[in-house]
Amino acid sequence: MNNTFTQLENFGHSLKTACYRLQPRSVDEIHEAFQLAKQQGLTVTARGAGRSYNDASLNGGGIVLDLTGMNQILEWEPATGIVRGEPGVTLSQLWQKVLPDGWWPPVVSGTMTTTLGGCLGANIHGKNNFKMGTIGEHVIEFTALLPTGAEVTCSPQKNADLFYSMIGGYGMLGIFTSVTMKMKKIESGLLEVHAWPTRTLKEQLQSLEDGAPNYDYIVGWLDTITIGHGQIHAANYLHGKEDPEPQKTIQLAYQNLPSRLFGVMPKSMLHYFMTPFMNNLGAWGINTGKYITSLRKHTFRQPHAAFHFLLDYVPLWELSYGRSGLIQYQSFLPKETALQAWTEILSIAKRQGLPSYLGVTKRHRPDKFLLTHAVDGFSLAMDFKVTDGSRARMSAMLQEFDQIVLANGGRFYFAKNSETSAATARQFYGEETVEKFRKLKKRCDPNGLLESDLYRRIFE
Amino acid sequence: MSDSPKPAPATPLQPRRRAILIGASQGVGAALARKLAREGYVLALLDRNAELLNKVCVGISADGLSATPYPHDVTDYEAVPALLRRIVADLGGLDLFVYVAGVIHFPALDEYNFEQDRKMVEVNLLGAMAWMSQIAPMFQNAKSGQIVGISSVAGDRGRIGNPGYNTSKAGLSTYLEALRNRLSRHGVNVITIKPGMVKTGMLSLPGAPRPMFAVTPERAADEIAHAIRRRSQVVYVSGLWRLIMLVIRHIPSVIFRRMKF
Repeated sequence: MNNTFTQLENFGHSLKTACYRLQPRSVDEIHEAFQLAKQQGLTVTARGAGRSYNDASLNGGGIVLDLTGMNQILEWEPATGIVRGEPGVTLSQLWQKVLPDGWWPPVVSGTMTTTLGGCLGANIHGKNNFKMGTIGEHVIEFTALLPTGAEVTCSPQKNADLFYSMIGGYGMLGIFTSVTMKMKKIESGLLEVHAWPTRTLKEQLQSLEDGAPNYDYIVGWLDTITIGHGQIHAANYLHGKEDPEPQKTIQLAYQNLPSRLFGVMPKSMLHYFMTPFMNNLGAWGINTGKYITSLRKHTFRQPHAAFHFLLDYVPLWELSYGRSGLIQYQSFLPKETALQAWTEILSIAKRQGLPSYLGVTKRHRPDKFLLTHAVDGFSLAMDFKVTDGSRARMSAMLQEFDQIVLANGGRFYFAKNSETSAATARQFYGEETVEKFRKLKKRCDPNGLLESDLYRRIFE
Repeated sequence: MSDSPKPAPATPLQPRRRAILIGASQGVGAALARKLAREGYVLALLDRNAELLNKVCVGISADGLSATPYPHDVTDYEAVPALLRRIVADLGGLDLFVYVAGVIHFPALDEYNFEQDRKMVEVNLLGAMAWMSQIAPMFQNAKSGQIVGISSVAGDRGRIGNPGYNTSKAGLSTYLEALRNRLSRHGVNVITIKPGMVKTGMLSLPGAPRPMFAVTPERAADEIAHAIRRRSQVVYVSGLWRLIMLVIRHIPSVIFRRMKF
């Protein structure tokens, strides 16, 4: 047991916590881990790729089940586009399996290193949330092991209450053991991307709102230092004869991200060169430079992998934020209040001298999941550099942000926010939802075996 | 064991360092507990004297800081693995382990007292080994952490005054040195603290020597906390003792065995 004690981190390298890491390879071994935990009086949480920006896959002083070893794609039917995989299967494995047969995962995150279990736990969304919803809406069925020892099968028809609460339940009710999903049929390996600049936050939100119905994907980059400069990328699948060589573009070789910059410099070293820019002045320079280059309205074609997995484009980009890492603050606001709330939030950050170095906006729609983060509106994700000197001030600032978001009917997403308190969570989920969740927790996990640092933060 | 609530989990903007301190109810241990709590550590405090231990914890908690008492006799070696597991889960991890527990008996110059010698070895040395042998592999795997052992200048030479105590502390110093050599390559730091004299209850025991360059427990705690921050290796408290012991360590046996101290 002592030699499983491991220091684990969040995606942003801003939180390090030591846990007993077990690496089960089968459902039986997850079961054994539950038994061990009971016997040792410890709690358990599941971890996939560890790509949440907070404490969702950490369990300080407790057991963490690292499920990356359970990564077999169990079934793939190219005729129907239905795939079944173990929880540790990564999105990278998934798209590489299905693309050559003319399919693509309907919802993907900004990095392909995430696992199916993690994606379901957080109920991730992509740049097409307004159209395709969350990943959970494409799950046909999953199986999960509950701490009671029961293995349950859930779908929108069967055990529907568990289906809609375990997806987006951050592993607090049970551990996914297999996932069956439907892929999206595509006719080309390329997307046609339109890029245009926006001068103000208002214009950016208007662009997302007006653009969404015309595109399969839409995402905004926002310069949160100048507040308002930005760029929209909107993309459509290519159909029929729009791609002259669809057989070629859906091959894996065509999709692969280049490993070297300009064919010379290994990209694995790129983050060292970014580090000097990760301060208020450098980030202003980068954001301004990026805005100037984005002023040209243009259209281009891009492979799916290059369009979606921007975070994988610079390997280990997180390290460029330095020793104390970064955090992400993402808020979801109804379309009626988003502009006002974010104007207020961004001006506070500016006044405090704690600007976000990267801002990303998206268009969203509500969904039926119990612990949903979605709204009929927009989200703004902001990356903040953590430093020893600014921790206390930033903490107070984010509490202030939380109050603004709550007052404007907004929500939060727990693959991202690391500082949100239990009181705030209870307020935006609503008493009824929290009570419903507690009842399910009692039923699935009567002895409180499943706990993560996230669970202790927002539910205790 | 304690039923007080767990400290809140750490977040990136509210990081928490967690420490176990054994022998925390009085003297250097209690002073060090207060010092580390002020520096932001979340503490699990252990001692066999539950009453005094509670007082220390109540004092720390009254200042809005975090310390939880776990009454424990360090000679109850079998209890260590389960208790450690429990404490690490309560703290939400572990960054620092400090072993202060120690007992002393001052024998007469012609007295040989196995019962007392055994007690000193059990508390000062075996208790430390029972805990550190559990914690060393954890820190080694986590590739982080610090282990601090409060040894003594008394471990530097075997003197006519106290063979049993000298032996227990020499054993502890050697054990800590070996741990340091094993663990430093894994990113784990091991500190040997060698206090000279500290104005604690020990100096008022029958047969205790006259205080010489003695420091207050608070001063000792400050210097130990400083060593932890600096990730030092071997530290004399106060620093003057490094010089004194340099001389004493080099006194040739032919002279040392004729000396009266």
